Amino acid sequence: MELLRQMLLVRRVEEKSAQMYGLRKIGGFCHLYIGQEAVAVGAVAALDLKRDYVFTAYRDHGHALACGMDPNALMAELYGKVTGCSRGKGGSMHLFDADKHFLGGNGIVGAHIPVATGAALKIRYKKENGVVLCFFGDGAIHQGSFHESLNLAKIWNLPIVYICENNQYGMGTDFRRVSSVTDFSKMGVSYDIPGSQMDGMDALKVHEAVKQAVQRARKEHQPSFIEAVTYRYKGHSMSDPATYRTKEELEQYKSQDPILILKAQMLASKQISNEQFDKIDAECKRISNEAAQFAEDSPQPAVETLHEDVLV
Amino acid sequence: MAEQVLMLALSPTMEEGTIITWHKKEGEAVAQSDIICEVETDKATMEYESVNEGTLLKILVPEGGGARVGDPIAVVGESGEDISSLVQEAKAAAAAAEKPAAGQPAAEPVEAQPAEATPVATAEAAPQPAEGAPVEGLKASPLARKMASEQGIDLRSVRGSGPGGRIVKRDMDKALRRAASYGPAAAVGIAGVAAAGAPAAPAYIPAGGIPAMAGPTASGKDEQIPVSGKRKIIAQRLAESKYSAPHYYLRIDVDAGAMMAARTRLNARLPKEAGAKVSPNAFLIKFVAETLKKYPPVNASWQGDTILRFGKIDIALAVAQEDGLITPVVRDCGSKGIVQIDRELKILIDKALSNKLTPEEYSGATFTISSLGTSGILEFTAIINPPGSAILAVGRIHKVPVAEDDGSIGVRSQMILTLSCDHRVIDGAVGAAFLSDLKATIEYPIDHLY
Amino acid sequence: MPVIAFRQALKDAMDEEMARDENVILMGEEVAQYNGAYKVSQGLLDKYGPERVIDTPITEEGFTGVGIGAALVGLRPIVEWMTLNFSAQAFDQVLNNAAKMLHMSGGQLRVPIVFRGPNGPAEYLSSQHSQSFQAFYAHIPGIKVVAPSTPYDAKGMLKSAIRDDNPVVFLEAELMYAWKAEVPEEEYLIPLGQADIKRAGDEVTLISFSKPMQMVLEAAEALEKEGYSAEVLDLRSLRPLDEQAVYTSVRKTNRCVIIDNDWPMAGFASYLGWLISNNCFDSLDAPVELVTMEDVPMPYNHGMELAVQPTVEKIMNAAKRVMYV
Repeated sequence: MELLRQMLLVRRVEEKSAQMYGLRKIGGFCHLYIGQEAVAVGAVAALDLKRDYVFTAYRDHGHALACGMDPNALMAELYGKVTGCSRGKGGSMHLFDADKHFLGGNGIVGAHIPVATGAALKIRYKKENGVVLCFFGDGAIHQGSFHESLNLAKIWNLPIVYICENNQYGMGTDFRRVSSVTDFSKMGVSYDIPGSQMDGMDALKVHEAVKQAVQRARKEHQPSFIEAVTYRYKGHSMSDPATYRTKEELEQYKSQDPILILKAQMLASKQISNEQFDKIDAECKRISNEAAQFAEDSPQPAVETLHEDVLV
Repeated sequence: MAEQVLMLALSPTMEEGTIITWHKKEGEAVAQSDIICEVETDKATMEYESVNEGTLLKILVPEGGGARVGDPIAVVGESGEDISSLVQEAKAAAAAAEKPAAGQPAAEPVEAQPAEATPVATAEAAPQPAEGAPVEGLKASPLARKMASEQGIDLRSVRGSGPGGRIVKRDMDKALRRAASYGPAAAVGIAGVAAAGAPAAPAYIPAGGIPAMAGPTASGKDEQIPVSGKRKIIAQRLAESKYSAPHYYLRIDVDAGAMMAARTRLNARLPKEAGAKVSPNAFLIKFVAETLKKYPPVNASWQGDTILRFGKIDIALAVAQEDGLITPVVRDCGSKGIVQIDRELKILIDKALSNKLTPEEYSGATFTISSLGTSGILEFTAIINPPGSAILAVGRIHKVPVAEDDGSIGVRSQMILTLSCDHRVIDGAVGAAFLSDLKATIEYPIDHLY
Repeated sequence: MPVIAFRQALKDAMDEEMARDENVILMGEEVAQYNGAYKVSQGLLDKYGPERVIDTPITEEGFTGVGIGAALVGLRPIVEWMTLNFSAQAFDQVLNNAAKMLHMSGGQLRVPIVFRGPNGPAEYLSSQHSQSFQAFYAHIPGIKVVAPSTPYDAKGMLKSAIRDDNPVVFLEAELMYAWKAEVPEEEYLIPLGQADIKRAGDEVTLISFSKPMQMVLEAAEALEKEGYSAEVLDLRSLRPLDEQAVYTSVRKTNRCVIIDNDWPMAGFASYLGWLISNNCFDSLDAPVELVTMEDVPMPYNHGMELAVQPTVEKIMNAAKRVMYV
């Protein structure tokens, strides 16, 4: 239930963001997570955020919400307001919530992977029993930083789960054109790290797979690699007309909407009714609208604060 | 906002001044550039032009009172403003400061002001540049410019020793020591001419005679006279000139008959107003100027890497004052006639005697004349007055017997001229040729036209 | 007072800080079993074990990022780059992650990390192993960049750097590691951001940092024998820069020469030169002179290598130019 609610929340917030971007309330890059909700939500649900950490790249709205970030703080950050999670200094790509152990929100493709690995080093060093989830996309998997990190995680036995969200396009490029190996689970094997590939549109499957990997990390201090095959319904970012895929392809994936998949599963097992679903959906819409309003009403940061938080 | 009015450096070497008269009363309105008081400096009595606008709210230093450069002397603001804190500050500063300011006490408070308030030689004010170059085109380091502006020195009177003639700190240090060109003209003569103990008197003696010097103290005890600012400067500059320029001396005797006759004829033609008579000095100045035209190397200045040949001929005359010496300068003597030179000279001497010469009026002479003739001195040697490289010492006109061509003995009016030259700039042969030519010009002025 | 080598001063600093705070760890290539490529970390593995003194593979971007990640969540790592030359591969991590994390998270995340290693040319190493990096790093807001030139400064400043909650790039030099000098046994710290007058004088200010300092002091000695009094100012810290110390000295002497062992264009010295022109304009008796490397990649040939860099003679000539002698 919680999974469904979260996915709906992500969906509605993202839709609202898209709308607000169109109204010029949000500027610059805005990478929407629509279609991939199952991965973030399913994976983060397997964590204990008091001792675990989450890192992702710039398509981070979904992960932020899944970690429990307040939608108001998220939307306000997109608007650049001082009430945003990063006080207006980060924007869409740099969402952070230190309390919830959500460590971004990172702009350079693949550059956060070693950083995530470092967080796992600390857990190991301090013997804390925590786990790090490091999300990245099919565009990042060929970065040197990815390979260096997996090697380090293995030699140092770090408690980290690398999750590649393969939405099949690195910006405008079909991943098959640029990958020598298209089954990414093999990437882990090069470093003697167990890898698996799974259907990223099914939240329950994601949750199960990640739960196992998290266990292995916690108990055996071993890294894992998971490829979650998913799809994004919108372009790479708001400025991407996505002409590199066909309408038919898009329609086909839309019929695999992760929210609808979970809904169907829950309806089948009588865990939910249509009315309940609609109620939750309405609630999510309301929260999204309120978040937008909150962001709208929030003040801009004072210009002088641009000098704040450069150095401690 | 009320502001303190500060004592400014009104002369290049001024360290403190005495307020002689206040031209404004407390409560009177003050506009920028109004003269608010007169200040006696180490050189002359100067007019103080206001940089502040508003009402003169308080006079902090009364007439007769003294203040160091940078000290507050008054407060200007809106009438009715509370200025008690400014007044307190001023009193505290005056009480606390006992040590005499060593170098440039005015540096901070006065920074913004000197260019406007002080009537010192700057680009806009100076009428006759020594060598014709505008101050803006001069190469000088920022530090040198700051020093010039703070001390009121005309950069054009300074020789630059840096690359491309850039004026740099060491040039300013030198210039500060000889900045206002105090005529160190009256020096002790040689060959026992100067009477022992007789004070050096200048070319122009005031109508009332030399101011009476006090005799030895009545009690017979030694007395220490404090050295005034003016005397310090004279001492510094004389020493500097004597020690840095290698002096040599050329002596020639000149028949002054033609010159004196010309003067008599001229004065007979002039209107009978008092003071209209042209002085012999004006004649000498003109003769020297005309001769200098033919000897540019003598109208020059040692710059270290270069020798500066001045574009114009500005001749100073040493003038005695009650407490020292000053050298008013007649500019561009080459293009002025004797009568005009005389008129200008008289105005300058007047100012010199009442201590009202401005720095432009006593700095930057390219050549100096000093005369002790009226004191009875036959001949003497003078110390060169920078930035010039030569000085002419004129002795008294006296009668001498001469052998005529036909073997008989005649009597002529003669004066002995002694030319001191800076050997770095003027070689012996050049100096000799110049002096010889000068003699010829004085004795046969018409020949000069050939 | 004991006389110790620069490398030992660094080691002692790390040792003391690791003993004081268990969150301090050291990682880099050859730092553990090899005892350090330049023997700076000698003995630390034996004392603190492999959990705290960690040998890394040759993966600068990877282990630099790992260090940053560990710092984000509470450790205080020291990342040793075998030489600053190799840090170019990790530059993105320093620039985009370490320097910007605090600012772009709105103050939520700190990165208390020290990056250290030898910077600039050593000898006979040719261009790829002789790069000076001070300009690249000093350019970045969000980090501190320091460069001590004596064992005394090195120890006090490394301790401060480790205790600093900001990322610090700590520049050393291979040829300085053997320099020996007195270092007190009692604990002391030198705050970052403070310059130091290494020799007082009043006719010209010579400003420099790191390895060239020894040469600058030699030049000052030689100038004194010729009758000129030079003041030598060791910046010690590039970011933050001790501007007041610089201005006080230049306003006193009225003349300034900056010596920077780096290429001239857009180098650190050029910005410092501008700061001085701007802030000390009325005190300057001459334009500011820079003595830098020649604008070429470093050649292998040793004679050329020396000719590329500042020399005592070049420094003295520059000083004489600004004194007009």
